Amino acid sequence: MILRLALGSLLARALTVAMTVLAIALSVALFLGVEKVRTGAKASFADTISGTDLIVGARSGSVQLLLYSVFRIGNATNNVTWQSYQDIAARPEVDWIVPISLGDSHRQFRVMGTTTGFFEHYKFRRDRGLELEQGQIMDDLFDTVIGYDAAQALGYAVGDPIVVAHGIASFTEHKDQPFRVSGILAKTGTPVDRTIIVSMEAIEAIHVDWRSGAKIPGQSTPSDTLRQMDLTPKAVTAALVGVKSPLKTFALQRSINTYPEEPLLAILPGVALQELWAIVGIAETALLAVSVLVVVTALIGMMATLFASLNERRREMAIFRAMGASPRTILGLLVLEATLTAALGSLLGLVMLYTGLWVVQPLVDSAFGLYLPIDAPAQREMLTLLAVVFAGAIVSLLPALRAYRLSLADGMMVQS
Amino acid sequence: MSQDPIIALKNVAFRWPGRDGFGFSIPDFTVQPREAVLLLGESGSGKSTLLSLICGTVLAQTGTVQVAGQEVRALAKGARDRFRAEQIGMVFQQFNLLPFGSVLDNITLPLRFAPERRKRCGDAPENAAALCQALGLPEGILRAKAATLSVGQQQRVAVARALIGAPPILIADEPTSALDETRQAQFLDLLFAQVQAQGSSLLMVSHDPRMGQRFDRVLKMEDLVQRERPAA
Repeated sequence: MILRLALGSLLARALTVAMTVLAIALSVALFLGVEKVRTGAKASFADTISGTDLIVGARSGSVQLLLYSVFRIGNATNNVTWQSYQDIAARPEVDWIVPISLGDSHRQFRVMGTTTGFFEHYKFRRDRGLELEQGQIMDDLFDTVIGYDAAQALGYAVGDPIVVAHGIASFTEHKDQPFRVSGILAKTGTPVDRTIIVSMEAIEAIHVDWRSGAKIPGQSTPSDTLRQMDLTPKAVTAALVGVKSPLKTFALQRSINTYPEEPLLAILPGVALQELWAIVGIAETALLAVSVLVVVTALIGMMATLFASLNERRREMAIFRAMGASPRTILGLLVLEATLTAALGSLLGLVMLYTGLWVVQPLVDSAFGLYLPIDAPAQREMLTLLAVVFAGAIVSLLPALRAYRLSLADGMMVQS
Repeated sequence: MSQDPIIALKNVAFRWPGRDGFGFSIPDFTVQPREAVLLLGESGSGKSTLLSLICGTVLAQTGTVQVAGQEVRALAKGARDRFRAEQIGMVFQQFNLLPFGSVLDNITLPLRFAPERRKRCGDAPENAAALCQALGLPEGILRAKAATLSVGQQQRVAVARALIGAPPILIADEPTSALDETRQAQFLDLLFAQVQAQGSSLLMVSHDPRMGQRFDRVLKMEDLVQRERPAA
């Protein structure tokens, strides 16, 4: 019956209570939403590359290698010679190996030379492979497949010509050898979206007339001649490696890292991604801290309305007292009310979160490549909700204690 | 018939804390079982304080306050609240009910805090319905929200609440002042009939001497209480 009376009391103040519930619900939805985005972003980030067991490059730092080979951020300090690449490819543990050659750009997008193996072995979000939205994988030496974002930003369609610039943010262009867009990839939410993919041979071909990073004046080999030439690369920037058995990964990594002919570095993508996340994840933590503060603000708002309601409720408390309720019961009643309010707010917040997720999930996925899974609230989320309800009860203790003191002083008589 | 008094105050002195020593003393005040006593006094004469002393929401500095043979001061805080719930039914001037509760919730509220009263009354909703009927309240009022009732109905519901579980004492603090004259008479008729049927004592406080003839005894506050001014 006390519960029913508490509910009745809440209903009697429906408007203010509804506002409090709404504030708590919004804050809870925000908090859980940020948490969702955070874990979603982390998962998406961790899912940037999967299915690759090792990334091999010239010796530098693991984060740096990851940054330039997967995220196309920064540059390699050195290349891996074709000979070393061949040696690694020939090792018995290696199931497949895909070379990557970086260094050129088109507009603000990086150009990456690779083999068709890239389309086969590059996986993201656990087991999703690259898919073509339009056209097909490069067939000719001067064919290129471009990422979704690059195509969108530059307005390219299949068949359009592309001139690749030497280096990054450079004014010298490989004008003599224009490429043709043969395919556009579907959105992945990975750096592949912002990449112009050409064949390894094409990278060699456009540099035939170049020496030491500069064009040889007056020399221009015609495209057809290039097609006849031996365009075996002299070096690769990095390589993605898949091993036959996961058990062999560490052995292979060690032998590459101790490769005597050349200083090389092999990294486990997952480990390097985690290292990188530890750096970029700070922003997410800050966001989380802000949303915690929003929840705290909502709870303090509830405390304020509870305080404000005390004066008009002195008569109600006096009636309870006259009926034999102890001041402690009055205190309990207020805490119960606040707990109910917080619980209601939390539940509504959960509903809002899922409604919101249901609405924005496809949009966020296509716009940012950020996949927010809609699944039943995890234990962590339930614990969060419980914590909010508990915090609501704690926060209500202050006004409840005041009510306790008031009802002790008033007794059954309210001097009105 | 010599019975112990149901309410007995002896040499009680009370002083409000912090109010510059406003206080009073009551040398002797008793109410017998089944007795109906009317206390007459203007507002500010200490009526409310006297009732609070009897109900145990305030304690006297000196003297004894006995209710149903129990020294009120001897009870612990929580026990005092429960004791009040068990022994005393209370009717205020007005605003007796929790507006958001149903009539039934309001009537059975004291039972929540008084397990023995609850036991005594048996089936609470049935009892409440019977009391409502006896007090001339329309049928089906139990489910109505208290806020939807007229003032007269509210006062009668308050009486039903004070009487449920037959507590030995019923205290009424100006219960008729919110009612017009014909309703006052009606209300008192019903109240007296029920109090007598249950065999409770009735202690009513009022400023209106006209209803005096219904009571066994009429006392004036100024005869009962010695006001104390703070010593200069």
